[in-house]
Amino acid sequence: MFKQMAEVVTSRTVELYVDGKLIQVAEDQTLALALMQAGVTPLRHTAVSGEPRAPLCLMGVCFDCLVQVDGRANVQACMVRVSPGMRVVLQHGARALEPQS
Amino acid sequence: MTHDLIVIGAGPAGMAAATMGATLGLKTVLLDEQPQSGGQIYRNVATVHPAVAKLLGADYLHGASLVEAMNAAGVDVRHDALAWDVSRDLKVTAFAKGTALQFNAPQIIAASGALERASPIPGWTLPGVMNAGAAQIALKSSGSVPSGRTILAGGGPLLYLVACQLLDAGANIAGIVETSPASNRIAALKYLPRALGAAEYLFKGVKMMARLRRAGVPWFKNASSLSVTGNVQAEGLSFDVAGTRHTIAADLVLLHHGVIPNTQISRLMRVDHVWSDAQRAFTVVCDAYGQTSMPGFRVAGDGAAIGGALAAQNSGALAALGAAVELGKLSRSDFDRYVIPYHRARDRDLRVRPFLDALYCPPAGITEPVDEAIVCRCEEVTAGRIREMASLGCQGPNQTKFFSRCGMGPCQGRVCGGVVTQILAKELCKTPGEIGAYRIRAPLKPVPVAAFSGLAESSDESIWH
Repeated sequence: MFKQMAEVVTSRTVELYVDGKLIQVAEDQTLALALMQAGVTPLRHTAVSGEPRAPLCLMGVCFDCLVQVDGRANVQACMVRVSPGMRVVLQHGARALEPQS
Repeated sequence: MTHDLIVIGAGPAGMAAATMGATLGLKTVLLDEQPQSGGQIYRNVATVHPAVAKLLGADYLHGASLVEAMNAAGVDVRHDALAWDVSRDLKVTAFAKGTALQFNAPQIIAASGALERASPIPGWTLPGVMNAGAAQIALKSSGSVPSGRTILAGGGPLLYLVACQLLDAGANIAGIVETSPASNRIAALKYLPRALGAAEYLFKGVKMMARLRRAGVPWFKNASSLSVTGNVQAEGLSFDVAGTRHTIAADLVLLHHGVIPNTQISRLMRVDHVWSDAQRAFTVVCDAYGQTSMPGFRVAGDGAAIGGALAAQNSGALAALGAAVELGKLSRSDFDRYVIPYHRARDRDLRVRPFLDALYCPPAGITEPVDEAIVCRCEEVTAGRIREMASLGCQGPNQTKFFSRCGMGPCQGRVCGGVVTQILAKELCKTPGEIGAYRIRAPLKPVPVAAFSGLAESSDESIWH
């Protein structure tokens, strides 16, 4: 859905896991943008009706980019930066209260 | 008291306020949720890639001078710090890097900036629909550009700006669909003479429109009844122009209907707000120095009322001057002298505002969406459901929230609040001011339990050093 401008593309990448699958993304950016560049869409399915969603605002307002990051549920992907080995799990429906893997 | 002045938000208003505060000798701390100063307008400005900097131009790079001035003034800047509560005794509670922190000061300046107005058209919850501002954020923060066919729909200076910047960045713009009704142009005409007092804004607008015309982008005006097509992903935009239905195929639909003040903090503080018919939004009641109806609590920049980045910068400086004189750190005579250039500069930039407000006033289809459109994205409540609740006797947004969960999701009504107020006002034949807004409570954003359990009395410096 998004790609980096040719002038900006860097060889400096980080590896992260999305639903257990290894992907390479450009470093030094938000997780939301990295996932959008990697074509991860939809980013989640809603807790209410299971509708597919993807980021709307990219500035921390809409909460449509919620993902699980390193075991923490409901993290705004637009408010965290990618880091090596980050484990992202896409959320389908409501989160449970018990600890998540 | 941990500080003389606490500033919340590192956009133009917050940076200018903190810089002025520190320069006048106030012990100043600035809390910002992002990892870098700049807010959204100057996002990433200090470390932006040269190719992106060139594309965004001088207006954007101006932000770098604000960051430099703030660093030179010795402001204690705390990034990655979410201020999630402000109490009546002016104590700010923040959560930063896994640590809970509290600050208090006799003066607080909230500079929380603007949000993009919701554009609740049918299909706007589909993946592949974003705010136009989000595309600009993608560009600023990592040089990211839409990779498929892109439509921009709505109205306002940012719509043209984003279109031009995306074109320059090599994006494929499949169309621009303007929703501003023709009657706006007539309504705006009487503000044109005043706007000529800040003519550079008008020149910029004309230049952008010429650029888009030269590029041959398909351009529709006076469009209405917008809806996004597609079932699980946006496939295009459908709309009426002069009685004819058009559909343009696209991979990404960018919506924009102007920006509104982010009043979460001022609402939490229960200070007076007033409905602005011109801006179709609630603004904060305050004097020229941002002083609200609660002593010591000030607001500055677009978080008070929409005035744009340069006006925000000057209002930030004025708010800090007001704080300094209130604290006795600045004599009344020096104050009277120091404020003059900031007043003059702010008044000049605000000359264009009534013209822009009138010209790009959102159409009724946006402020009072069709029944099937989802208004509350979090809880998936439609405009029709709000109307139904109004007919059953709901008098305001806190009642419709209670009965339907509209506004009760994680965004806490930031996206739907203004729309719900306007729908209810229309249905109940009242003014939006009479209807009111959501009652905002702490935490201002969902925070982990650690944000409460780890509350420290003093601020722990070690996490920043």
